[in-house]
Amino acid sequence: MFSDLRTLWTVFLHLFRRPVTVQYPEQKPYLPPRFRGRIILSRDPDGEERCVACNLCAVACPVGCIALQKTEDEHGRWYPEFFRINFSRCIFCGWCEEACPTYAIQLTPDFEMSEYERPNLVYEKEDLLISGTGKYPDYSFWRVAGKAISGKDKGEAEREQPPSDPLGLLP
Amino acid sequence: MNELASGIANVFGILIVLVGFAASLTWIERRLLGFFQDRYGPNRVGPFGIFQVVADMIKILFKEDWIPPFADRAVFVLAPVIVMAALLIAFAVIPIAPGIGVVSLNIGLLFFLAMTSLAVYSTVLGGWASNNKYSLMGGARAAAQMVSYEVFMGLSLVGVVLMAGSFDLRDIVRSQHGLWYIVPQFLGFVVFLIAGIAETHRLPFDLPEAENELIAGFHTEYSGMKFGIFFIGEYVGIVLISAMIVTLFLGGWLGPVLPPLVWFLVKLAVFVGLFILLRAALPRPRYDQLMAYGWKVMLPLALLNIVVTGVVLLAA
Repeated sequence: MFSDLRTLWTVFLHLFRRPVTVQYPEQKPYLPPRFRGRIILSRDPDGEERCVACNLCAVACPVGCIALQKTEDEHGRWYPEFFRINFSRCIFCGWCEEACPTYAIQLTPDFEMSEYERPNLVYEKEDLLISGTGKYPDYSFWRVAGKAISGKDKGEAEREQPPSDPLGLLP
Repeated sequence: MNELASGIANVFGILIVLVGFAASLTWIERRLLGFFQDRYGPNRVGPFGIFQVVADMIKILFKEDWIPPFADRAVFVLAPVIVMAALLIAFAVIPIAPGIGVVSLNIGLLFFLAMTSLAVYSTVLGGWASNNKYSLMGGARAAAQMVSYEVFMGLSLVGVVLMAGSFDLRDIVRSQHGLWYIVPQFLGFVVFLIAGIAETHRLPFDLPEAENELIAGFHTEYSGMKFGIFFIGEYVGIVLISAMIVTLFLGGWLGPVLPPLVWFLVKLAVFVGLFILLRAALPRPRYDQLMAYGWKVMLPLALLNIVVTGVVLLAA
């Protein structure tokens, strides 16, 4: 009986507390930079696409909402011919971002992507590509990768040793 | 002629204000519950969300009013009408202020008890006519709970009647002029308050509807405006019980400085708020605990109150 009365008093005192509600449309909540929202494709510091169409994101995706096709440009760089994310399926788990070897695919703190029609939730590459570098401003895959492209041969990447000669006898 | 006009004004004024207040209680309750739980509650429709009532009403009026094919049609339709009618009729005897009130019966208190007992039929019949296991269990619980709580609800008021020497609610209010009955009849007040909560089957005594166990108890099968009437009926019940507590134990319209009507409404609002606070704070007891509590604690307390009051009155 006493505990009931004490409960009543405690609950009554909550009448004078400030509500914890964030009144969303007028009052935006703070979202940390690592918030898992709308997915984007970033560019490297030179303004080129980072995505090398390795398909790891599509494989990692638990709901299979990523589709892409690899192609190659005249410099020997791989890039996706199309890159499509079906956001009506996406569960924003962030596994694609974790799988990506080139920091190309990233999740952003934006979740306001409602649409009146479902097909509008299928984002093509032009919808996904942004002009900036996202969370990793200095990283450029083609500068550090060992793959030869025009203008950068084997062994010329940053901190890459020249290729060893497998036929040489010297240590 | 003038008397007739003022009588009609009284009847319709009280009816409209009461039903309007009961409807707006849906909003008040949700708002208050929100604040008790550190959130805002509905605050989007209109200033402070006051038009939420209108929005809810429009919604519920446009809902399909479905009667299940397995239900007992006539009784199913009748049940919500009973609760609303019985509680509204019971409100007729409440003396709101001098000159405001539908009727002044010399058996007002008995009339009130009779009408609230009739309201029980609504839940029982609604539960039975739905032809649904959960509804029937809700109805059976309602019957048992109300029968047992009705007993000491009446008994708890005997002390007041003894002290006032009348069943007329206006006489009871007038006899509290120097001292409100909450002081000499504190035990009776507590017993009546608890019985009143059980009577309106509000939390923590909402076993007939108990969402977590019985879906919605006796009104599981109800939809549309029939459900709405049950809902409003519950709020009319809260207002009715609060008004009775104010009349019987808190001196009705009596009070210094402010006009009588304001005093009555202020006291009423306090108790309506208490009903909502109870809902926010207390968990529901188990069914057997509820019955044991009623028969083993409240009934002896009510009887003790009668005996002590009688002895004191006779000795004085």
